Amino acid sequence: MINRHRLETLTEPIIEGVIRLCGISSIIFVFGIFFFVFQEGAGFLFSELDVVEFLTSPEWYPTSVSHKRYGVLALIAGTAGVTVLAMMIAVPFGLGSAIFVSEFCTPKIKEAFKIIIELLAAIPSVVWGFIGLTMMNELIIEVFDAPIGLTVLNGGIILALMSVPIIVSIGEDSLKAVPDDYREAAEALGATRWQIIYRVLLPAAKNGLLAAVLLGIARAIGETMAVLMATGHAVKIPTSPLDSVRTLTATIAAELGEAPVNSDHYQVLFLIGALLFTITFFVNLIADLIVKGIRQK
Amino acid sequence: MVSQPKILKTSNSAGSGEAPDFSQNTVPGHGNPFTEIPIDRRKKRTEFLAKSLFFLMTLLIVFPLMTIIAYLLYKAFPVLSLEFLFTNPTNGMRAGGIWPAFLGTIYLVLISLLVSAPIGVLAAVYLNEYAHDNWLTRMVNLAVVNLAGVPSIVHALFGVGAFVLFANMGRSVLAASLTLAIMTLPVIIAATKEALGAVPMAFREACWNLGASRWQTIRRIVLPNSIGGILTGIILQVSRAAGETAPIMFTGAVFYKVISEGDFFAYGLFDQCMALSMHLFTISTQVPGVPEAIPYGTAVVLLGTVLLVNILAIVMRITLRSRKKW
Amino acid sequence: MRENRKKIEISDLTVTFGQTAALKGISIDVFENEILSIIGPAQSGKTTLLKVINRTIEFVPGAKVAGTVTVDGENVMDVKSVYQLRRKIGMVFPLPVGLPLSIYDNVAFAPRLAGMRSRDELDALVESCLRQAALWDEVKDRLDSLGTMLSGGQQQRLTIARALSHQPEILCLDEFSIAIDPVTTMRIEDVLKELRSKITIILVTNLVQQARRLGDRTAFLFNGDLIEIDTNAVIFSDTPKNKMTYDYVIGNFG
Repeated sequence: MINRHRLETLTEPIIEGVIRLCGISSIIFVFGIFFFVFQEGAGFLFSELDVVEFLTSPEWYPTSVSHKRYGVLALIAGTAGVTVLAMMIAVPFGLGSAIFVSEFCTPKIKEAFKIIIELLAAIPSVVWGFIGLTMMNELIIEVFDAPIGLTVLNGGIILALMSVPIIVSIGEDSLKAVPDDYREAAEALGATRWQIIYRVLLPAAKNGLLAAVLLGIARAIGETMAVLMATGHAVKIPTSPLDSVRTLTATIAAELGEAPVNSDHYQVLFLIGALLFTITFFVNLIADLIVKGIRQK
Repeated sequence: MVSQPKILKTSNSAGSGEAPDFSQNTVPGHGNPFTEIPIDRRKKRTEFLAKSLFFLMTLLIVFPLMTIIAYLLYKAFPVLSLEFLFTNPTNGMRAGGIWPAFLGTIYLVLISLLVSAPIGVLAAVYLNEYAHDNWLTRMVNLAVVNLAGVPSIVHALFGVGAFVLFANMGRSVLAASLTLAIMTLPVIIAATKEALGAVPMAFREACWNLGASRWQTIRRIVLPNSIGGILTGIILQVSRAAGETAPIMFTGAVFYKVISEGDFFAYGLFDQCMALSMHLFTISTQVPGVPEAIPYGTAVVLLGTVLLVNILAIVMRITLRSRKKW
Repeated sequence: MRENRKKIEISDLTVTFGQTAALKGISIDVFENEILSIIGPAQSGKTTLLKVINRTIEFVPGAKVAGTVTVDGENVMDVKSVYQLRRKIGMVFPLPVGLPLSIYDNVAFAPRLAGMRSRDELDALVESCLRQAALWDEVKDRLDSLGTMLSGGQQQRLTIARALSHQPEILCLDEFSIAIDPVTTMRIEDVLKELRSKITIILVTNLVQQARRLGDRTAFLFNGDLIEIDTNAVIFSDTPKNKMTYDYVIGNFG
């Protein structure tokens, strides 16, 4: 029995050490991701790249033989355009559904709806891209009599469908988090369901709803395959939803295969990756701070 | 119509027994509380409109899912068969089956699972059982959330920089699996954390008082009673790993590779492989002249696998809820 | 005072949580083979005291402990194995907790951890502990059923059986009878009186009458301070050393 005690006091700290290591692994990985992505492109960043031109010029000609230009403004505009359109669709629908599920639904329907939302969220992005390439493409050409269906509109609708699950689930969580006392007090004053929602619940849950939207935005910005396949290949600043565009993410995916390792082009693509990481990092950070705020109440 | 309630008169005329007359009340909304007045009717209408609007919105989300599945099945119908699953693509992928892609996905999913499950579960154990409420814990939680939010193409870049180049694995099943493992880590951590948190604190305290160490308590009581949630997390991880394309595109997946049909050991760790997700991308964008049933068929296999796996997770969650041990 | 040697010596024990002090410089000696009752209203530090003795206070975030506690002459912070220390001390808390294992495994949990393997030995131990906890007759035919499915009173007795399963030298009970009916409480009190000749018992209780029935000595804790500790004859008389003791025992506050 004595040996067992010594064993316990020896092995316990070792096991705890392994567990702690696994625990902080996420921090290591996040830093690692930024490090490895940034360092592949750092060489070019610190030598010849004109950072201002990089961020503000819409001329993206990395493969031009005579005059290489690395301006990503058009790509940023592409990402922004698709994201904004997607949010314009996803936010009202997502919040509307969140309200319906949280306030008007019977438990059975709620359960069924949540399952459907989960399944919607599980659809792989390449399948969404495929849908954009085929079904949505044909639909847009027909409805709008457009020459080509791979456009901002296509990507926007697809992204909206991809972002809705996040908005619905976090939105519903934040509505659920509003204490029942608020609802009961309003009911006692004679308010109808709609009035309760509009005047009491939405203001009370606005932090969580904002976080839901932010997370949806982060999702949309970071999406790769779906937009690669659905928005077309034109690198230009869009002027209408029926224009084709290229997003930051799609550009990397489309061009990395062909850029020779360690060439300028290759390094710039990694820099775009670092840029994307930074943008989504901060959006997620802000959303998380907001969510922490409500969960602690 | 409800009769007027009898109210005792409190004013000067004592005991006359007459009920006060309410019918001439002019303040709207404060008449007899039991009859409907125009404002109530208007309120009811807005109520109904709001409810229908939200219901419609909900429907418009559900509707696409159904149509998409139906349409895909319809278009994929000509090729759906077991043969499709187990034979190689031929004629430059314009005919034949998707066997190499199917097997490749299985490899990628299994290997990434073997790596991410232990790390993920232990990381969640740390967060829920060992971590104190300090800044380090906050940072870890933040890191997990951020890891979940990294764009998939950035994971691909990381995989190239760290595994393909730095660790010298080259483009391989191993590099791609490791990239997927890191990408899906947050899924396992979140599900495990939830499962661990559902185990009442009282159990742990009882064990500690009996002389059990933290780890012994976790191993004998906490983990066995969290296994359901952990399995759910693993299933969700599998579903995500199977569907991702970008992270494997440059780290180990290739457009085209022929392997021996029906051989489940055809790939080596340092080989490159095909994958269902990658294949769908390839034949719908990179290869001209593919008969449309094939990409639709691939989409159906991929989507079907993913949805089935998710339904399995949902069913598991529901049955576990009813089989609680306390 | 008794002739027995000291089993536990607590010197100048102070426990703080942030700004609030749960125990303020307490000194108590517990003698071998006695039943020491500890009485006092809620938030007096009684539970904290027990947690310090078996060092489970270390699981409470933010707790700071100053002072010394020795068991069998050895400072609890210096023992070779804190797990062994905890097995020397049996602990029963007010909330009944059945572990999500079979009843048999519940009681066999600690002995197995300590290395007991033989099925015969375990069988005998499980039966003996369940008998002492006045639970054997009710569960002997269903030792395989889940401990969490028992009634509250049964789970509390299961907790007591578990506490006895590692053959402790010291048994601490914190308001053990709250979830148990009076008849069963009496049975357990009889068991405690028997056990006293073999082990040392610390009984924290809100029921003054229980302290009077069972204890050899009683300590009165109030708000983290030790007001008085003495033999039962003195504490429950008309003239204890401290007026507050008299008021509490009589029921003037609490």
